[in-house]
Amino acid sequence: MVQNIIDVKNLSKSFDISSKEPGLKGTIKHFFRRQTKSLKVIKDISFEIKEGEIVGFLGANGAGKTTILKMLCGLIYPSEGSIMVSGYLPFRRKENFLKNITLIMGQKQQLIWDLPPIESFYLNASIYDIDKFEAKKRIKKLSEMLEIDEELFIPVRKLSLGQRMKSELLAALIHEPNILFLDEPTLGLDINAQRNLRKFLQKYNKETNATICLTSHYMKDITSLCKRVICVHEGAISYDGKLDLLLKKLSPVKEILIVCRSEEDAIKLENCGFNVKNKIKNEITIIIENNSITSSLKTILNNFDIEDLFINEPPIDEVIGKVLIKKDYDI
Amino acid sequence: MLEYRVEIALWAISGIIPFFMLNIWTNNNLNESINISDTLLSRYFLSAFFVRQFSVVWVVFSFEEDSIMGKVSPYLIQPLNPFFRYFAQHLAEQITRFPFALIIAFFFFIFNPESIWIPNLGILLLSIVSTFLSFLIQFLIQSVVACLCFWTEKASSIERLLFIPTLFLSGLLAPVVSFPSYVKSWIYLTPFPYLIDFPANLLSGNETNISGGLIMQILWIFILFPLFKKIWSEGTKKYTAMGS
Repeated sequence: MVQNIIDVKNLSKSFDISSKEPGLKGTIKHFFRRQTKSLKVIKDISFEIKEGEIVGFLGANGAGKTTILKMLCGLIYPSEGSIMVSGYLPFRRKENFLKNITLIMGQKQQLIWDLPPIESFYLNASIYDIDKFEAKKRIKKLSEMLEIDEELFIPVRKLSLGQRMKSELLAALIHEPNILFLDEPTLGLDINAQRNLRKFLQKYNKETNATICLTSHYMKDITSLCKRVICVHEGAISYDGKLDLLLKKLSPVKEILIVCRSEEDAIKLENCGFNVKNKIKNEITIIIENNSITSSLKTILNNFDIEDLFINEPPIDEVIGKVLIKKDYDI
Repeated sequence: MLEYRVEIALWAISGIIPFFMLNIWTNNNLNESINISDTLLSRYFLSAFFVRQFSVVWVVFSFEEDSIMGKVSPYLIQPLNPFFRYFAQHLAEQITRFPFALIIAFFFFIFNPESIWIPNLGILLLSIVSTFLSFLIQFLIQSVVACLCFWTEKASSIERLLFIPTLFLSGLLAPVVSFPSYVKSWIYLTPFPYLIDFPANLLSGNETNISGGLIMQILWIFILFPLFKKIWSEGTKKYTAMGS
């Protein structure tokens, strides 16, 4: 049986936030009598993640996804509740725990700006007690997986964002962590670089059985990497389960574009009682519920002269967008 | 690469305050009031320059910038206290400064040939140890102040408050021996005279209490290190990972 590697129970986090009125009067008032209030950004959440799982955290800006990741990797201290990651309390930041995890934040860098990435890799290797021979082996293996070579010897400031991100990944993975926390890792990357990064993460997960917790606003990252998603809405979990189920629940219909042989057939089809979205000459788009799709298609194919037929899923961004603004999904 | 070389040269030149002070002291014959000859005074200020070159610390500014920019976060999840990184950076810069400091000393001796002296090996070694201890004290003081970033975000403002006593009481502007005796008695209880005055007097061959000075330096390290550890441990609980 696969074990839980992350166990979160009744976790909450509050921050003290001070507010200031505009103008000189507000500034003076703020200086002498600062108004602060406690803001609960994470509200009593619980979940478990199994070893080797890739879990996507979805939510609007400010929903609390990154705060959850920061607590999971031990960066910030929880206000209430408990977290166990790989058998450790993350915040204690024990050496063996830190050697087991990594955190990658898009656009934030740990590489030394003026030196080639290779120098940062060897520095990280020393920090993680990896000898030079082993470090060399790992750098070679990871650079092959990431398809970087000459870039290792060029100062970081001269690299493109994509090359830099690959180097960041290599630096963050040189100690072969079992748990990866990725906060918007594809932020700012072009389509090809995003695809390569996703391919790499899939390969890394397959080869090492590493657990990956990921936040991203690019739905392609989530759909191609994560079978399971945790939706966060205003600091609380609004959905935790399979991505497929969520999509089915949120979008129980499909759009069918039918190209009829003649316009007459299209008119007949339009008057057949289907939910018609639009009709242009001999092309007609109808909306059919997922559970009646087979029987509906059978009727259409048996009774009409059809030239071509396309079944389309509704755009995933649109579907997921609904999650970000709603509170509960009872699946 | 040219800009790096120029930057390194500028680092070294930026520490020449002791030479300005030497000029002010000798031109106004201020040394007569404390019974120090021109030669001993110039050796003192050259030594102060050397000590300053190898004990200057800016960790509070680096840590503050890294905190605000969110760079501290990746360091915090590595199995090494981030202050070791800053410590290594300071040591690396000291090594880089060394040849430039020698060049400046060479020109100093050309213009002040009467000041040339060669300290004996024992004194030289003790001076190196004392300068390193001075660096450790300054590094720990600034690290304690830098940890206040977890509460205030602008810890460098507090450091500026500390800069004033450091400037006046460390021996950078005037040897501590020139202070009135009632002031001296409490200055020696603070860490400041052990930052420049003590190691500079040791290196220049001026009269100084060697064992007393070294004991006080070690004592201050023993006071500051646990203080740093405590404030670091409390501060990281307050960390909000802003900027990241």
